[in-house]
Amino acid sequence: MTTNPSTAYTGTKEIAEQQKPRYSDAALTPPVDVIEDSGGITLYADLPGVSRDKLGLQVAADTLTIDAESDLSIPQGLQSSHTEVGLARFHRVFTLSKELDTGKISAELANGVLQLRIPKAEHAQPRRINVQAG
Amino acid sequence: MYRSLFPRDMFAEMDRLQREMQQAFDLSPTIRGFGRDGFPALNVGGTPQTVEVYAFAPGIDPSTLEVNLDRGLLTIAGERKGNLPEADTKAAIHINERFEGQFRRMLTLPDDADPEGVEAKYRDGVLHITVQRQASAQPRRITVQ
Repeated sequence: MTTNPSTAYTGTKEIAEQQKPRYSDAALTPPVDVIEDSGGITLYADLPGVSRDKLGLQVAADTLTIDAESDLSIPQGLQSSHTEVGLARFHRVFTLSKELDTGKISAELANGVLQLRIPKAEHAQPRRINVQAG
Repeated sequence: MYRSLFPRDMFAEMDRLQREMQQAFDLSPTIRGFGRDGFPALNVGGTPQTVEVYAFAPGIDPSTLEVNLDRGLLTIAGERKGNLPEADTKAAIHINERFEGQFRRMLTLPDDADPEGVEAKYRDGVLHITVQRQASAQPRRITVQ
């Protein structure tokens, strides 16, 4: 599944503007796992409470930006007594190196875990060079 | 995370920082603390009829989650399997921040929590537990004749 980055990101931005939060820049940094194998990079990010329509992924020339909003279905009149997660926004930016093929990024969001796969460009895949006897 | 040395609204940022520091000190963790590495993070609140607990635990199979309420003590336990590759493959782990392994967090609920009225829902990685308060404990208005 490939997320369409531009529409997803616009949606998130509109929601943020409607609610007009006082400190609209404040966001949590989601923890990630990044694993590289010979074919590319796999990234896992914890985004609890985030559904697909509130996730924005944007890929620029060499940066990957993750923006998301969580939605907790909070009942009316809830009084908090203990808050360890005080913000409902997530934001994290990564710099991508040149050999990654940003056109082929695939993303999946399930149970609050974002899984991204960024393959390496064809020419950057490891290739064994044969040494000929002289 | 500031993108420049001078935030657009200096006073708003200072105010926010002060509120956050205040919150950090007001937290007064219970004697059961934050559990191992604080996973899952918990938000607790209440309405006049219920106690609401949110546990932030993405990537868990809900059938393996254990939620127990025993004499006012709520326990949330389970295990999160890692996605990390085996040690002998050629993969390199560049960043490893996500929690992996067994977890258990406990918190005490107020005295009027009804152990028969507990509901737990897991959606998008958040476990939302609603505990009804006992009806007899709810405030009642007494009419004066």
